[in-house]
Amino acid sequence: MLEIKNIWKTFNANTVNEKVALKGVSLTLNDGEFVTVIGGNGAGKSTLMNAVAGVYPVDRGSITINGADVTDLPEHKRAPYIGRVFQDPMMGTAASMQIEENLALAARRGQTRGLKAGITKMEREEYRELLKILDLGLEERMTSKVGLLSGGQRQALTLLMATLRKPKLLLLDEHTAALDPKTAAKVLDTTERIVQKDKLTTLMITHNMKDAIVHGDRLIMMYDGRVAIDVSGQEKKKLTVETLLEMFNKVSGSDEADDKLLLS
Amino acid sequence: MSGFLNALPGAVSQGLIWGIMAIGVYITYKILDIADLTVDGSLCTGGAVFVMLFTNGINLWAAMLAALLAGMLAGLVTGLLHTVCGIPAILSGILTQLALYSINMAIMGMKATVAININQEGVLDKLLVSLRFVQGSKGGFPFYRHPIFVVGIFTAGLIAVLYWFFGRELGAALRATGSNPNMARAQGINTDFCKVLGLMLSNGLVALCGALLCQYSSANEIKVGQGAIVIGLAAVIIGEVLLGKVFRNFALKLLSVSIGAILYYVVLQAVLQMGLDANYLKLLSAIVVAVFLTIPNWKGKYFGKSSRKEAAENA
Ligand SMILES: Nc1ncnc2c1ncn2[C@@H]1O[C@H](COP(=O)(O)OP(=O)(O)O)[C@@H](O)[C@H]1O
Ligand SMILES: [Mg+2]
Repeated sequence: MLEIKNIWKTFNANTVNEKVALKGVSLTLNDGEFVTVIGGNGAGKSTLMNAVAGVYPVDRGSITINGADVTDLPEHKRAPYIGRVFQDPMMGTAASMQIEENLALAARRGQTRGLKAGITKMEREEYRELLKILDLGLEERMTSKVGLLSGGQRQALTLLMATLRKPKLLLLDEHTAALDPKTAAKVLDTTERIVQKDKLTTLMITHNMKDAIVHGDRLIMMYDGRVAIDVSGQEKKKLTVETLLEMFNKVSGSDEADDKLLLS
Repeated sequence: MSGFLNALPGAVSQGLIWGIMAIGVYITYKILDIADLTVDGSLCTGGAVFVMLFTNGINLWAAMLAALLAGMLAGLVTGLLHTVCGIPAILSGILTQLALYSINMAIMGMKATVAININQEGVLDKLLVSLRFVQGSKGGFPFYRHPIFVVGIFTAGLIAVLYWFFGRELGAALRATGSNPNMARAQGINTDFCKVLGLMLSNGLVALCGALLCQYSSANEIKVGQGAIVIGLAAVIIGEVLLGKVFRNFALKLLSVSIGAILYYVVLQAVLQMGLDANYLKLLSAIVVAVFLTIPNWKGKYFGKSSRKEAAENA
C-alpha cells in the first residue's frame, strides 16, 4: 500500500543549520497494516510523515501509494490517498467554519471542487450519524464554529474528517499528545475503532511506548533519521516497555541515557 | 445642519458605490486573510477601461464588463507574483499597484483625467449612475434613477451572487484556504489556486466600483484609487464592529460591509460640514482605521478570556 524507498531529507542545506532529518529511510506498509512509530525527539518521525504527505519534497528516494508514484506530487494532489491528523489540534480543522462545513470539506477530499452545493441536506444527516460515534454531543452543534470546540473535540473531529472518505493511508502524528490523559485515551480509543472497522493502512506516531505496544500490528522505532527497529507479528505481541528500552539502548549507543529519558 | 442633510443623499450614494469595493476588500482581507494593496491601482484601472471604452461609443454594459475583467487581470498578476514567484502578498500587491499607475496612464492616453461629457445629447441617459441623479425629482429625475436606488439594487444582486458562490464547493474551498491553509491542503484543496481566484474576484469587484465611480463623477482621475485600501478596510471594520454581533449570516456580513462604507462617507460628510479642510481627510481615514484595528487586539489583551472566546467565534 505504501512503499517508501531510500528517502533523504535535508533542512537548511548548505547553512550552519543544515540538518539531515531523514537518512535513507525505506519502509513498506502492507494493505491494512497498522504501524506505530516511536523514537526520541528529533528522530525524524514527523519529517517522515510530512514527506509522505507531500508537505515538502524529499532530496532523494521515492514514495509510492497504492501503486502510484507520488514523489513529485504536491501536497493537495496526494490528499486523495491520505487522511491526516496532526499533533496540533488547531491544524486539522478550519476554525472559522462550522462543524458540518468542515466535514463537507473533508467529504470532498480528492474531488474537483466546482459549483455544486458546498453541503447537501443528505450529507447533514450522514454527518449527524457519524458524529454520534464520537460520543461528544457534537451532533447537536453541527452549525457551531469549530473554533469554539476544545482541543480534544477538534482532534476527534479531525480524525472523523480524515477517515470520512476511506483513505488509502491514515497518518497520525502524535495526535493525542496535546490532550489531557482522559481525552487522549478517548481519542485513541476512537482511532482504534475506526482503523479496525475500515481496515485502514495506518502509520501512527506516538510518544507513549505503552500505546505503541498496545496498538497496531507492527512497531518501528526511528533513531537519527533512520528506522532502527522494526518488529511485527508474535515478536511485537510479546514486547514490553522494558524489552523495548533495551533494544533502543542497543541501537542508540553512547547517548542512551538522554534518549531513554526522552522516550519514557 | 441643513447643509449636512442636503449632502446626505450624495454621501450615501458615494458610500454605496465604495461599498462594492469594500466587499472586494472583504473577500481578500477577511475571507482569504490577505491584505491586498492591488486595489489602489485596480480601482483606477476599472474607471480607466470604462471611460475609454464608453467615450468611444462602446455599450455601457460591455464597458463595465471590460472593467471587471481588467480588474480580474490585475488580481491575477498579484496572485501569480504571490503564489508562483513566492513574493509576500503585501509586496505583490504593492508591485502590481505601482505597475498599474503606468498602465492606467497608458489606458487613459497619458492623461491624468478623462471626462465623460454628460452635457452631450443622450449621454446622461445612458449612464447607470451620476451625481446629477442625486437631485432626484428636483432635478427632474425619477426615483428609480437615483444612485441610492440603482446601486442599492446592484449591491443586493452582488451580495446574492457572492452568498451563492461562497456556499458552493469552490467557495467553501476559498474560505477554508483563508481559515487554515494546512487543513485545506490536507483536504486536497489547491490553496494557491484559491488565493489567485480570490484575488481576481476581489479586484474584479474593485474595478467594477471604479467604473461606477467614474460614471458617478463623470470622469476618471489617475489618483481616484489613492488610499482606496484604507477606505475599504474602514468599511469592513466599521461594519464588523457595529454589526458583527447582530449579523452572523454571511449575506448579512457582506451587507454590513456596505453599511460600513455608507457610514464612513456620512461621517466624512459631517466632518467636512464642520469646516475641516478636505486635505485632512486622508489623515482622518488613517486614524479611524488604526483605531478600529486596535480595538479588537486590545480587547483580547486587557479583557482576557471572555473576549478571546468571542475572537474565536468571529475568527
Ligand atoms: N521545517 C524544518 N526546518 C528545519 N529543520 C527541521 C524542520 N522540521 C524538522 N526539522 C529538524 O529535523 C529533525 C527531525 O525533526 P522531526 O521529524 O520533527 O522529529 P520528531 O521525530 O521529533 O518528529 C529535527 O532536528 C528538527 O529540528
Ligand atoms: Mg514530531
